[in-house]
Amino acid sequence: MRNAFAEALLAAARRDPRVVLLMGDIGNRLFDPFAAECGERFLNCGIAEANMIGVAAGLALSGLRPVVYTIAPFATTRCLEQIRVDLCYHQAPAVVVGVGGGFAYASLGPTHHACEDLAQLRTLPGMTVVCPGDAHEVRAALCAALARPGPVYLRLGKKGEPRVHEREPELVIGRALVLRAGRDVGLLATGAILPVALEAGQRLAAAGISAEVVSFHTVKPLDEAYLSRAFSRFRAVVSIEEHSLLGGLGSALAEWLVDRDPLPARLLRIGSADAFHGEGGSQAQARARLGLDAASIAARTRALCERLEEREGEHADRSRDPRRDRQAPGARPARGSGAPAGPDPGGDHP
Amino acid sequence: MRCQRTSARLASRAGAGAGPMAGDPERRREELEQRARRLRATLVEMSHRSGAPHLASGLSCVEILVAAYFEVLALDPRHPSDPERDRFLLSKGHAAAALYAALALRGFFPGSWLERYAQAGSPLPEQPAPGCVPGVELATGSLGHGLPVGLGMALAARLQGRPQRVFVLLGDGECNEGSVWEAALLAPARRLGNLAAIIDANRWQATARSEEVMALAPLRAKWEAFGWEALEVDGHDPVALARALARVPRSGGPGRPLAVIAHTVKGRGVSFMEDDNNWHYRIPTAPELAAARAELGFP
Repeated sequence: MRNAFAEALLAAARRDPRVVLLMGDIGNRLFDPFAAECGERFLNCGIAEANMIGVAAGLALSGLRPVVYTIAPFATTRCLEQIRVDLCYHQAPAVVVGVGGGFAYASLGPTHHACEDLAQLRTLPGMTVVCPGDAHEVRAALCAALARPGPVYLRLGKKGEPRVHEREPELVIGRALVLRAGRDVGLLATGAILPVALEAGQRLAAAGISAEVVSFHTVKPLDEAYLSRAFSRFRAVVSIEEHSLLGGLGSALAEWLVDRDPLPARLLRIGSADAFHGEGGSQAQARARLGLDAASIAARTRALCERLEEREGEHADRSRDPRRDRQAPGARPARGSGAPAGPDPGGDHP
Repeated sequence: MRCQRTSARLASRAGAGAGPMAGDPERRREELEQRARRLRATLVEMSHRSGAPHLASGLSCVEILVAAYFEVLALDPRHPSDPERDRFLLSKGHAAAALYAALALRGFFPGSWLERYAQAGSPLPEQPAPGCVPGVELATGSLGHGLPVGLGMALAARLQGRPQRVFVLLGDGECNEGSVWEAALLAPARRLGNLAAIIDANRWQATARSEEVMALAPLRAKWEAFGWEALEVDGHDPVALARALARVPRSGGPGRPLAVIAHTVKGRGVSFMEDDNNWHYRIPTAPELAAARAELGFP
């Protein structure tokens, strides 16, 4: 993703002389072509992220289009108040790019993980939050972000992610991209975990569950039209993100859902636990350990579908059983006879 | 070429054309000092009327604002969004009342607006909001934001080939913030000779003597060590301040950014407020307002 980003940024800078790149002393040689071609429009701001965001605001308020690039936790959490005041309060058109979303830098440990960035940034008024799902989406999302009138957070993976799209998709911020149509469940993935969601969809298909797989690249603003359709059509909607369960895409969907009249679909949230993942190892190992791999996602989705089917069956039985109607109001149903399902059994990952 | 044409439009007394202190210097000094007294009288009244604090923080930077807005900045209040105007950022946003009073006096908006300062729905909030009135360049109030943003504006001027300068007013207490020193490290590396930091060194922060809280001294040597040209001036001498600020040239090339350490007295101009840090928060009563205005010559 980062190579695609660097190429797309140079292309954007060729088209638009207002584009300026600020980076926080990372990306060894990644921006050499940009620096060679764009001169002072490339600026290494050093290891000083609070200042870098302020500089971006000053450029944006002067009519330029700054793009700020560093590792996700340093691009966001480190300088959150500067993003809030300098960019969001002023609606300054700057693009903040966090490379290494989620566990892309798994081996470097929790200092370099970004599992709270979406939660933090999506609460900021006027902020747009976009997580492209592959390199093609990165290119399209950068163009769309540069055209926005206010600040945008663009969350990237790292490098070498599988391609999902064959060519650059038509990406509109705030509009979900359906990659694979389905009937039973919707898998809504945001960011670099998108290929994992596609694989989970294939596994579900093999198990007889038709899953729609969606690149839900924009966490803010939500594609409400798609959500209305999805929660009406499907038995379950599954949010998939390489981010804490607190505050990210899953939370955004849950908030959206409870503020509406009841819709038929059940929401299942897949994300990381409220804990630092300090085990080291690769991104794939971290994902597997935390239940963010295709097998776990498919298994939990399938288990939910089965529980929902069982309950539907029990509802149907109950409505045919006249004795149920004479039960005293509030009487406790017998164990295993249609009691609400407990916490999702897969939900307590370490 | 564009710079020269714009300079004619952006008529300031000094910044773009005639040079600092054009005309009879004694008369100019008297005018500036009279404006400073008038601003102070307005400030005390604004605090009394609104119940808004930080009066003493405003009183300490009055001459800095007078020197900037009446001697140095290339600005035209009729064209407040001119892309080539000089920028003045009040990074110590809690002194907003002083900025508003200076902008009104300079003609950016009617002085009657000051009467609604810090009231609900007023265009003049207690701390500057984005674009709240013509002439306000940045929403501030959280400290340590102005210099990084000003650095970005100075860089933008260079990238766009524009002549403007950027002046950022900070408090000495504000220099506790790490982001100030992040910007202080970057500006000389980029040779931003069109950027100036003015430090209102009133030696107090909200609850204590600045020196007792953080080891700020020697402040001038710190800025010099960071690669800035640094000057110390009497922060209540508008002529000395104007001379210092005018060292930053419009349409200048790369060079060292300028730090002006303005030695000031918190609460300056009202005898019973001077150097008394209670007035960081206290609101003047009606008798105190009358006494202050009488001292300032605006009974």
